[in-house]
Amino acid sequence: MHDDVILKISNVSKSFGPVRALRGVNFELRRGEVHALAGENGAGKSTLMNIIDGILQPDGGEILWEGEPVRISSPSAAQQLGIGLVHQEIALCPDISVAENMFMAVTNRSRRLLMDVGALKQKARAVLGQLCDIDPGAIVRDLPISHQQLVEIAKALTLDCKVLILDEPTAALTEREAQTLFGIMRRLSAQGISIIYISHRMVEIFDNCDRVSVFRDGQYITTAEISEITPSGVVNAMVGREIGTLYPPKQAAETRTDEVIFEVRDLTEKTRFKDVSFALRSGEILGIAGLIGSGRSEIVKGICRLEGDVSGTVLLDGEPLKLRHYGDSIAAGLVYLSEDRKGDGLFLERSIAENVSALDLGRVSTPSGLIETEREMELARSLGAKLNLKFGRLSDPVSSLSGGNQQKVAIAKMLSVNPRLIFLDEPTRGVDVGAKSEIHRILRELACEGVGTVVISSELPELIGLCDRVLVVREGCIAGEVAGDAMTEENIMRLASGLETAPQPTLNA
Amino acid sequence: MENSIELTAAAKQGANPVKKFLRMRETGLILIILALFVAMSFASPYFLTWVNMRAMVMAFAVEGIVVVGMTILLISGGIDLSVGSVTALAMVIAGSLFLAGVDPWLASLVAIAACTGIGAFMGFFVTRIGLHHFIVSLAVMVIARGACLLFTGGRPLGLFSLPPEFKFIGQGSIGPVPLVIIVFLVVVLCFDFMLRRSTAFRKVFYTGSNEKAAAYSGIRTKRVIFLTTTLCSTLCGIAGIIYMARFGSAQPTFGLGMELNVIAAAVIGGASLNGGSGTIFGAILGAALLSVVSSSLALLDVSVYWQDIIRGSILLTAVSIDHYLNKKRDAGGKA
Repeated sequence: MHDDVILKISNVSKSFGPVRALRGVNFELRRGEVHALAGENGAGKSTLMNIIDGILQPDGGEILWEGEPVRISSPSAAQQLGIGLVHQEIALCPDISVAENMFMAVTNRSRRLLMDVGALKQKARAVLGQLCDIDPGAIVRDLPISHQQLVEIAKALTLDCKVLILDEPTAALTEREAQTLFGIMRRLSAQGISIIYISHRMVEIFDNCDRVSVFRDGQYITTAEISEITPSGVVNAMVGREIGTLYPPKQAAETRTDEVIFEVRDLTEKTRFKDVSFALRSGEILGIAGLIGSGRSEIVKGICRLEGDVSGTVLLDGEPLKLRHYGDSIAAGLVYLSEDRKGDGLFLERSIAENVSALDLGRVSTPSGLIETEREMELARSLGAKLNLKFGRLSDPVSSLSGGNQQKVAIAKMLSVNPRLIFLDEPTRGVDVGAKSEIHRILRELACEGVGTVVISSELPELIGLCDRVLVVREGCIAGEVAGDAMTEENIMRLASGLETAPQPTLNA
Repeated sequence: MENSIELTAAAKQGANPVKKFLRMRETGLILIILALFVAMSFASPYFLTWVNMRAMVMAFAVEGIVVVGMTILLISGGIDLSVGSVTALAMVIAGSLFLAGVDPWLASLVAIAACTGIGAFMGFFVTRIGLHHFIVSLAVMVIARGACLLFTGGRPLGLFSLPPEFKFIGQGSIGPVPLVIIVFLVVVLCFDFMLRRSTAFRKVFYTGSNEKAAAYSGIRTKRVIFLTTTLCSTLCGIAGIIYMARFGSAQPTFGLGMELNVIAAAVIGGASLNGGSGTIFGAILGAALLSVVSSSLALLDVSVYWQDIIRGSILLTAVSIDHYLNKKRDAGGKA
């Protein structure tokens, strides 16, 4: 038994109105350990973290800090104790510099009239140096999302904390940046800092954590040493039932054809990508891998004419398409699912039904352009049933749904136009395990029904588990493709990072 | 017909239409207006008279047409500070042309077309150059007012020689109901219906709600914003012509401060400056509330100087209550 427990939560409850977010949960954090927190969205992880960080107050139960009962009344009280929380969503001020963001809390407490910008930058550089190569003078808005995430982490590190909470820190990071982060986590824990690590990715938990605690439906389920539990054991505890296989079966060999339904030839955009060519065969799910910033999303957005000044040929069923803007693309049956569900994928405050019908209002309208509410509801109802969407009423705003169900609304929105081809950018980002495997199953069904399916993902296991073939993009060009047994994380990373060129590029095969 | 469809849809999902009605912000406004009516009918014997009723409606009917345009623009995410001076410019252009011998109907069409052009001009700067509505319309507000003064030398144009059939627009009645009120009701009902039901206006909601998500839904958002900006100015032009027919004159200083009244009405009625929400019905109730309050204060012999203070306070109160309720609703939704 370790008795060097820095933080102990016992029997803590929290309700929001009628919803019981936490029901008498327990949690124990040892000094210097990396402790994973697993659970589906809505399991109560975030609520518990917000209580530890003083954002929320518990209704009952006790918090012990180094053995003493404490009341954490606000985030700044948590900071005084030595608790730092890195939120999943980036909360930086976009218009000021990295250094000023990192030392916001310190600046806030300082009684001096003027800031010593030089010293600030110096200190920022020292902390950032351990993480990555980011200029402390850079304006946050100009940084890519992954770097902003690293700045968030650096900001927490400036607080000299004893407990660091990381809420899905790798969601926006590339594989390599994530590895850097894990190295830092190990170094911090060696220094005696305890880390609470929230993630949906089993691989990360099992590679980097010492113990894992599982929550489900606001209840504490179990805590185990990583060496004494298996990933499927954790997943089973999270969902409360056996999840057979994580991914749906691949395309059956006998249905495999050479029939090309969609083809791109020499697609070029001035600055973002060059001479991109590939083909999609009937019934397959095609993956697109690449580091963030490699141009993988830009290529797909270019095909759909969502952005950029694109030249090149796009053929559907052998016929060249004339696309000028995204409306043309939708009319031709090419639709895109945004990686940023909340930012540009959905109208959060509008109803589920209004979101589903947004791509083509003509389908739910009279010829004279009047929307027929009943038809609009029916469209949402039938697609909702197909996707197993959980909702109260179709007139509820999308913001009332969980992440997984919001993503299903976004997918229903795509399917509302009976697309020929769907491009999904990070289709399971921020989605819990249950909904994730459901979305995978849906995508496989769509592919079998003959809908061309292209999936972009930063999560290599997802690409490998779901797709029949994976294209790897590097610096705006297709670096190669992998299929069958060659689809391994190692092969994809080699292509993505430029360590190796494809053995035999099969472009326009 | 339209209602029955909505009700069955709601009923199928287990919503109680009575509850839904009570939750609507329009209901709150109607209740406040009714409460004022009851209170005022005791306080002043003149309040509940036909003459006073008609005067109150007349007071906001023409401005109500501008409120319609502003509400649609606010829903799309824009704002227009130039409505007062563009309305005045419509009067001045039509009035000047008439005095120069042009047929008054033709002169009116030219004036409305000119206002449409001003709207398109603003829309161009917003959507093509990428400037903010606030700045563009602020500049146009000043420019249009300057043009009014320039064309008239700062003096009102007397238009007593307008033909009676033209003056009929602003002064005539059909039966006991002034034509102005009929025009106002037609505009309001048409746009309210269209805003609730038509695909074109649904796209306005999508655009204002999240412009990027709208673009990612294949909606040409810049075109939507261009058109709502233009429509608002066109409606200002129409309002200007009605004012001219009603007053039989064109005043270069007409409509000073109108933008505040119009924006206040739309916001009290539920429009958000962030775009994506608002109804015509609500905005008109907002305008009606402001008008009833003004009339009440006048009947109670409250100094006119108090009126602006009270109007501003109403705006602040309405918006604060709304913000509070929204926050509560959001918290409830997320829990």
